[in-house]
Amino acid sequence: MPVHYDVLIIGAGMSGLGAGIRLAHYGRKVCILDRHYLWGGLNSFYRLKGYRFDVGLHAMTNFVPRGTRNAPLTKLLRQLRIDYDELDLRPQQMSATWFPGKRLRFTNDFAFFESEVAEQFPAQADAFRRLVKHVMEYDALNLATPEFSAREVVSGFLSDPLLIEMLFCPLFFYGSAVENDMDFGQFVIMFKSIYCEGLARPTEGVRRVLRVLMEKYKGLGGELRMKSGVRRLEVAGSKVTEVVLDSGERLTADTVFSSAGYPETLGLLSDYVPGSEGPTQGQLSFMESIDVLTKEPRELGYEFTIQFFSTTEKFHYQKPEELVDVRSGVICCPNNFCYDRPLDDNLMRVTSLANHGRWAALPPEEYHESKVRWHGLVLDEVVKIVPDFRPFVKFTDIFTPKTVRKFTGHVNGAVYGSPVKFKTGRTRLDNLFLCGTDQGMLGIVGALLSGISMANMHVLQQA
Amino acid sequence: MTRQEIRQAIIDILADIAPDEDTANLKDDVSLRDQLGLDSMDFLDIVMELRKRYNVEVPSSDYPQLATMTSCLDYLSPKMA
Repeated sequence: MPVHYDVLIIGAGMSGLGAGIRLAHYGRKVCILDRHYLWGGLNSFYRLKGYRFDVGLHAMTNFVPRGTRNAPLTKLLRQLRIDYDELDLRPQQMSATWFPGKRLRFTNDFAFFESEVAEQFPAQADAFRRLVKHVMEYDALNLATPEFSAREVVSGFLSDPLLIEMLFCPLFFYGSAVENDMDFGQFVIMFKSIYCEGLARPTEGVRRVLRVLMEKYKGLGGELRMKSGVRRLEVAGSKVTEVVLDSGERLTADTVFSSAGYPETLGLLSDYVPGSEGPTQGQLSFMESIDVLTKEPRELGYEFTIQFFSTTEKFHYQKPEELVDVRSGVICCPNNFCYDRPLDDNLMRVTSLANHGRWAALPPEEYHESKVRWHGLVLDEVVKIVPDFRPFVKFTDIFTPKTVRKFTGHVNGAVYGSPVKFKTGRTRLDNLFLCGTDQGMLGIVGALLSGISMANMHVLQQA
Repeated sequence: MTRQEIRQAIIDILADIAPDEDTANLKDDVSLRDQLGLDSMDFLDIVMELRKRYNVEVPSSDYPQLATMTSCLDYLSPKMA
């Protein structure tokens, strides 16, 4: 007989861990399956040449002080019974969005951002206040609201196209699976998470978050099986009846949660019909570089935590024609958060839009050379915005959409998954639910809340 | 359980759910939602903790009975006697 679980969860990322902790806390027999040997999914970590690197996490959004009511961070800490201090969140110094001739700065104090907008775009100050009021009053958590264009709503308030582009730029980069637009509900969630709340990072980076979650999960008796990829979900009638691992082992469960993504999960079903996933294959992927410097960035006169930039007035958030779009990106300096002690390494990370198909089609002998060449081209643009750190680089690691594809399993290496989201988590099968990226809540806090709310809705409230 | 014991049991649950709130000085007739900033997810947790710890079932139609400490005690006393 196969081993039976109350709930099997595909993927040991943030959403799978969030769901797993909730279910284990309330006595469910639960097991998380993951193909890789390291957990974390999109937000993971690795060691290379003695350096400890993070992937995914630049910063955690949704930062609020301890005990702030009605904030997503407080909700998730309550739901997971994690104390605020366990995550060791250190607030950012200051971030900005950089466009030709303009820099819009923001901190974890929203009043500062409002005054910055009023100063940089005086003619838009009143309209911006009205937009903020609308955002604050909008109920973005209602799962029943249909999706509609955030660009249309925002354009109804603001008339300066540059301000519109600059407001959207960080929100696109940190969580839009749709090219050049996003759902307005998603806009509201992300606007609050980045501008109204703020950015923070544990001193140890994502390792800290994952360690806290994993200790919690295992302490509650939750099982974790790494190197256990799911090959197939056997379907009979309207249910998943068996979960078949790559090893051939079979497991059964009353309920299956999948954080693999919508088209990826459908592809696992034994009765999958190619094409039945519809237009759910994401297109947006990234190249990311991590440069290790011999000097602290602040010794070079650099104090920003994160800068989002576009060197063109119109920001192109779309799959580039070439391997990489060097016109825009995100520059993250993990050293520039408010820590008690300096980090072991001096790091500059740059994220740029990239084309998965082009990277995947490269002959193996050109792959490495292309990474180095495009990284150079990206830095040529980046040093227009930050002090030229290139003479101080002692080590560089670069990952491409191919790397994202390999470690997340997402079709096209699409970091934010499907452009169509499935907010209720329901699928055509009665006992199979989505959590994570394609359920639609993004970022570390969002993904954890995705797992939590799917566990609540589809298992705990059903009891 | 006595009414006083049930009150302490509820306070213990609330302190686990909302550790950053002042659960030691609750006013019995003011809504818990307002005093502790609770939302619907938190009320679900109160109900599930009652089930987990004391085997008490609270059907969703009865959630309004948990609005204040006094109403909690009135509602739970017969179930937890």
